[in-house]
Amino acid sequence: MAKNDLQGSLDLLILKSLSHVGQLHGYGIVLHIERVSDALLRVEEGSLYPALHRMEQSGWIRSEWALSETNRRAKYYSLTAAGKKQLASAEKNWEQVAKGVEAILRFA
Amino acid sequence: MGAMRRMWALVMRSKVDREIEDEMRAHVAMRTEDNMAAGMSREAAERDARLRFGNATVIRERVVEHDAALGLDAVMRDVRYALRGFRKGPAFTLVAVATLALGIGANTAIFQLLDAVRLRSLPISNPQELAEVKIVGGNHGFGINNGPYAQLTQPVWQEIRQHHDPFSGVFAWRNRDRLFGHPSDARRIHGLDVSGEFFGVLGIRPWQGRLLLPEDHTTDCKTSRVVVSYPFWRAQMGGRVLAANTTLLVDGDLVEVVGVTPPGFFGMAVGESFDIALPLCEPNPAQRELFDRSVMGRLKPGWTMDKASAYFGALSPGIFNATAPIGYSAEAVRPFTRFRLGVFPASGGVSNLREEYQDSLSLLLGITGLVLLIACANLANLMLARASVRQREMAVRMALGASRGRLLRQLLIESGLLAMSGALLGVVMAQGFSRFLVRSLSTEQWSVDLPISTDWRVLLFSAAVAMLTCVVFGTIPSLRASNSDPVTAMKTGDRRLTGSRERFSTQRLMVIAQISISMVLLVGALLFVRSFRNLMTLDPGMRERGITIAHIGFPLSHVAPDHYEEFKRQLLEEVRSVPGVTAAATTTNDPLMGGSWTHGVRVGAAEGSSKFTWVSPGYFQTMGIPLLSGRMFANTDTANSPRVAIVNQTFIRQFVGKDNPLGKRVRTLPEPNYPETVLEIVGTIPDTKYNDIRGATPPMAFVPAAQFPAAADGPWASVMIWSDTAPSSVMAEVKRQIGDKHPEIIVQTLDFETQIHDGLLRERLMAILAGFFGSIAAVLVMVGLYGVISYFVTQRRNEIGIRIALGATRRQVIGLVMRSAGLMLAVGVVTGTLLSLIAGHGAASMLFGLKPYDPVTFAIAIGLLTAIAVLASWVPARRAARVNPTVALRCE
Repeated sequence: MAKNDLQGSLDLLILKSLSHVGQLHGYGIVLHIERVSDALLRVEEGSLYPALHRMEQSGWIRSEWALSETNRRAKYYSLTAAGKKQLASAEKNWEQVAKGVEAILRFA
Repeated sequence: MGAMRRMWALVMRSKVDREIEDEMRAHVAMRTEDNMAAGMSREAAERDARLRFGNATVIRERVVEHDAALGLDAVMRDVRYALRGFRKGPAFTLVAVATLALGIGANTAIFQLLDAVRLRSLPISNPQELAEVKIVGGNHGFGINNGPYAQLTQPVWQEIRQHHDPFSGVFAWRNRDRLFGHPSDARRIHGLDVSGEFFGVLGIRPWQGRLLLPEDHTTDCKTSRVVVSYPFWRAQMGGRVLAANTTLLVDGDLVEVVGVTPPGFFGMAVGESFDIALPLCEPNPAQRELFDRSVMGRLKPGWTMDKASAYFGALSPGIFNATAPIGYSAEAVRPFTRFRLGVFPASGGVSNLREEYQDSLSLLLGITGLVLLIACANLANLMLARASVRQREMAVRMALGASRGRLLRQLLIESGLLAMSGALLGVVMAQGFSRFLVRSLSTEQWSVDLPISTDWRVLLFSAAVAMLTCVVFGTIPSLRASNSDPVTAMKTGDRRLTGSRERFSTQRLMVIAQISISMVLLVGALLFVRSFRNLMTLDPGMRERGITIAHIGFPLSHVAPDHYEEFKRQLLEEVRSVPGVTAAATTTNDPLMGGSWTHGVRVGAAEGSSKFTWVSPGYFQTMGIPLLSGRMFANTDTANSPRVAIVNQTFIRQFVGKDNPLGKRVRTLPEPNYPETVLEIVGTIPDTKYNDIRGATPPMAFVPAAQFPAAADGPWASVMIWSDTAPSSVMAEVKRQIGDKHPEIIVQTLDFETQIHDGLLRERLMAILAGFFGSIAAVLVMVGLYGVISYFVTQRRNEIGIRIALGATRRQVIGLVMRSAGLMLAVGVVTGTLLSLIAGHGAASMLFGLKPYDPVTFAIAIGLLTAIAVLASWVPARRAARVNPTVALRCE
């Protein structure tokens, strides 16, 4: 994914991934996005963790330490009620942006 | 919500750091495992994982940055930076914190006192329900009045007790001193007489035993059961658990102590305390003209003060007609039957201290506030000077990209820290100061017992004061400093050719404000000091030094009432025979001690009232009051000889006029126990002060003690003793001689002069405190002016150097500096005079013998300020004159 990602798209991807799977650690989110997008989108760790931290502080996601399937202690994230609401509005917002971008592309 | 979490995250910074690190390590490890699962070698797998992850430290910083975005982290950094700055300039820090602590401490102390006497409620449950029933507008001195809290008579109280619809309960109480211990060495203690309902209505729970109940009241007025206060119990009874039959000797009778009141309960009068509570005596028949008690009650739910007042207002004609005193003429009793009762809030109890000191305390709070303002102005100037020294630092920081807001915040944090430390220290200092003040309010006769506590009101007040000072002394310099333009500041460096006009005007304005405020304080201080001096040097028209007052009581001597007069004569002879006593005489009213004794008189056609005092022959010689015409009293003036009087000049002016007063007849109007009497004026004396050294002289008449109405006489006497030896030795000797002969007689002695001076306590305190704060203001102004003039000289060093190089003489240079100080002084004095004239109105009622616009006072204040200004600017001016032009110019 490009460095200058479109406003809020990283948040949207993280929220959506969490809403799909329920509970994921940071690395799991990276893998999930890669897999679901057929490796079209790659999340950079340098952006992921600050975003996760910020979203946690904003109360959209919560975290807890748990054991991974490979028996490793990892921090798992999941959506809060506020996060679900945020996801809904972000999705709507994204649709608008996508529509707008599409319209511009078509015009050209 | 989010902000709170971020703040928490800040506090938990190290924990958060560790967690982030753990999380990232887990991330890298998982990636490595996956890579190895995909067939990479361990080394390659780890390398790839780390490469993909990027710079872990940067990521961590970026994660934490979200918390820092709130600015709290930066604030902490600013605080640390400020503290480092304070450590580097300990002198500045010390001066600033000490000045603030002094200012805030003084304000807090005065406010604490004001809070204690005025704002706090009695320590009872639901104090707001408590109300006092009083005569609207007071009783205008009708009948006999017993102390400052006595509002109603016994029969009126009994009527209210019968009809108390607005109240869920009512009670009556009065303060009355009692004698504790054996009569020969009895000690005066504070008694609180209470009706049976008292403790129940107030809701006081016993600390030990039980409190007084209605059944403890006996109709024969024989006190048998009492409760004691907690402090008395601790001090006099050792704080031991009460035994079944613990007794005390009070007024010569054995009484049983049934309980102890809780520690916080001091009675109804704020500033006083009681030692022992006794059942209020209700004799039958009652003395109907004696106003001796206060009546209070708890309002029922649904009743307001107004509604209750209306209720008692409607009942008043019935109550006062039914309880009218007997023995007055119909005309004399009419004011009584016209009294109207009202209900007033009593949540704060009653307080003589409050009445006497609340104006002074408010004024003092104003004074300390002004002192603090001056201190703030000084600090602002100090900060300004500091800021200008730091101008380069600021400029560099600004050039490096610090925003104006950042710098402003930095400076405000510095002043905030100073204000906070000053406030903390001030609150601590205030504890000592306010307690010292309370102690100095106590006199030999009247002990002040005021619980001082630092409650939320006091803390809120100090915090508000600190905040205000911070704003005052912090904002202006901060705004100014953060306003500087980095380019010019860096270019010109520390020193310029001339001072910037603009900055100067701020500092100048502040010094002018300081001068005007300190002018107000100096005028105030001088007014109080001069007023106190007027009182101290005032001639009351009688001897003060060497006079001892002896109060002699013989209720236990078994003297028949018709022999009282004879017994007193005998006692007086015994006092006169004590070595060192030059003269002695009895009086019914001690002069200048606040007591008052009035009777209605008619002289020919003139009618009015006069003060009356019955004295034994020799009174005027003892008190050093000369006879102007006629004769003194003699032993030939007896109960059977014609009634005679000696009157003062005011009496003559008011009732006799231009005629010869000698031989004129004075008819007194009848009162209970004081039948109508016709007196012949046999002598005249000059006007002397009556009961208060501050008051105007009323008409006064003196009558021989032997002609005092027998029905009104009691087993006590007041003896004025003149001696040329030390009063203390005379007091001890009189006590010893009388005690040897009559061990049952109670003798209490007072030094007249000390008593008079104690009566001027409020004036003395105002003079001392106003003088103290005035001096502080003067010192602060001197420091402030010195600072600004010095700064002015430093800033203009080059200019002065050039002037000297071009041929200016030293005198011209000194003149240049002094002129600028003189200008500030002139403007400050003019505004200060105006402000003082306005402020003086508030103090007018507290001044004696001079007006608030007293020109001499103003002249002295201006003179003092001028001296201060000259002193403060002379040193920097001399320094300016010594500027060496070559050195000054080479520096550039």
